[in-house]
Amino acid sequence: MKLSRMALIGLAAGSLVFAGCSTTGSGDAAGGAAEGSAADAGGASTAARARRAGYSGTMRLDDPASILAVRKIYFEFDSSEISFDNKLVLRAHSEHLNANSSTNITIEGHADERGSREYNIALGERRANAIKAYMTAEGVNPAQLNVVSFGEERPELMGHDANAWSKNRRGVLVY
Amino acid sequence: MLIKWVQTLGLSLLLMVSAHADLTIEITQGSEGALPIAIVPFQQPVTGAPTQNVDQIVTSDLARSGRFQPLPVADMLSRPVQPNQVDFRDWRALNVENLVIGQVDAKGPGAFDVSFRLYDVYRGEQILGYTLQTSADELRSTSHRIADLIYETLTGNKGAFDTRIAYVTSIADQTGKPTIHLRVADADGYNPSSIVSSSDPIMSPSWSPDGQKIAYVSFENGRSSIYVQEIYTGAREKLTSFKGINGAPVWSPDGTKIALTLSKGGNPDIYIMDVRSKKLTQLTSHWAIDTEPAWSPDGRFIVYTSDRGGNPQIYRVEADGGKAYRMTFEGKYNAKASYSPDGKQLTLVTRVGEDYRIGLMDLRTRDIRLLSTGDLDESPSFAPNGDMIIYATRNKNRGVLAAVSTDGRVEQRLVLQAGDVREPAWSPFHQ
Repeated sequence: MKLSRMALIGLAAGSLVFAGCSTTGSGDAAGGAAEGSAADAGGASTAARARRAGYSGTMRLDDPASILAVRKIYFEFDSSEISFDNKLVLRAHSEHLNANSSTNITIEGHADERGSREYNIALGERRANAIKAYMTAEGVNPAQLNVVSFGEERPELMGHDANAWSKNRRGVLVY
Repeated sequence: MLIKWVQTLGLSLLLMVSAHADLTIEITQGSEGALPIAIVPFQQPVTGAPTQNVDQIVTSDLARSGRFQPLPVADMLSRPVQPNQVDFRDWRALNVENLVIGQVDAKGPGAFDVSFRLYDVYRGEQILGYTLQTSADELRSTSHRIADLIYETLTGNKGAFDTRIAYVTSIADQTGKPTIHLRVADADGYNPSSIVSSSDPIMSPSWSPDGQKIAYVSFENGRSSIYVQEIYTGAREKLTSFKGINGAPVWSPDGTKIALTLSKGGNPDIYIMDVRSKKLTQLTSHWAIDTEPAWSPDGRFIVYTSDRGGNPQIYRVEADGGKAYRMTFEGKYNAKASYSPDGKQLTLVTRVGEDYRIGLMDLRTRDIRLLSTGDLDESPSFAPNGDMIIYATRNKNRGVLAAVSTDGRVEQRLVLQAGDVREPAWSPFHQ
């Protein structure tokens, strides 16, 4: 019940975000699976462009210009709430998985380094599960979605400041 | 007592790697009001003197405890070895209250007798005297044992120098790729040995009460599993590998059970596994996060971290089930609690403003006293005598360990030569 309502909000918000997201979202761009050759700024604009374009059934998983190249979803402190922008990303991946039912992915949950380590494992799992719940509500077979939490054990950035923490509170879709 | 101690020598040999220190200790805060003591350099055998210096090890142990202030050797007016060479006036003049003298005698290849005597300077009496049989490999351990005997005699509390710590290190190669090691070393950082290494995370080491095994979490197959490993033989057993979280293993005081966190039911809850039968019992059942269990010393209670109230706080439940009882109300973040050996206090991670610090909570008054001053402090672990707490902190952008006396008087840092060190776990007493 609650999940399907979330999905509707995501859909409704989609058109709004299309108009507004090119000025935002550097925080959740920089897809790890996007080609390493893309510079950071390029990566961000690629992600924004991809998000504007949305998903079409002809998209290839390995196309760096595709929204499917965005594989990282960032979270607020102590939160597992998925932002509108990120719902668009997850919707595109959901459609891809729905069209490719033999494809399985792993959803990794991560936390920043603050606080205790096992609690952060639990927080990371909560984030990964929020992603899984969203994608399941989008029709993906749960059997295609494997969840694992690494807590604070595998930071994306090694720093110890607000910028590093914001990059480390993330969910990662691994194909 | 000594016979039992001699029996453990054979076992320990398997662990021997080298006598170098993995972690070096820096005293970061000295102590006021510490007891003045003099440890006179021990007489060495004429030939075949050991490479380890017993009196220096005893001196640094006692100094690190914060309870003692050893007199510098250069200030000593005399250096007696035999009882008839002791002139108490030399020590009273320096306001030394206790005096230790001793000698190391060679007893064949690599074998030694270490004798020492402890005196009360003002009463002019010997209050302790022992001869310990030991070997070159065990000389550090013997020295720690001597420090333990002196500490116990003079403070009334058991010493915890002849103990070990387990900890996790992360050392990056030239490409920045880290290798994770679970290591065990003496409490002063010497005799380190890796018990398991992986390119994937290793977490949450917990000692068995007999000090022979360590339970830990390893992600070596890309997901978490709980293992139990014998320290000396390296033999290990996979305890759980359920879907989701397999975390936070911790041995019951009697060694028959392990409390742990599993999320196989959909969210993290505390379970108890019977070590022998592997039978699992679910202890908590709540939609929120329940994790980081710790046993009370009598085995009756388990404290754990739960965010069922909206943010992480410490709760307590009877180990055989029942209602959860909230223990912490101060602040918005209290986690990773564990009991002091006497069961009267909890150490925990508490958030103060934006900082995460180590706190000590009095279970009678519920007051939390801060013991650390860092901003990312975590993983506190009591020494088995309850006099010190070791925890993980950061210094100059590196993960280091720190130890603080529970009275807050003395503080020290344990720094790895390279890389980061974290998740310290202090061993039980040497058995």
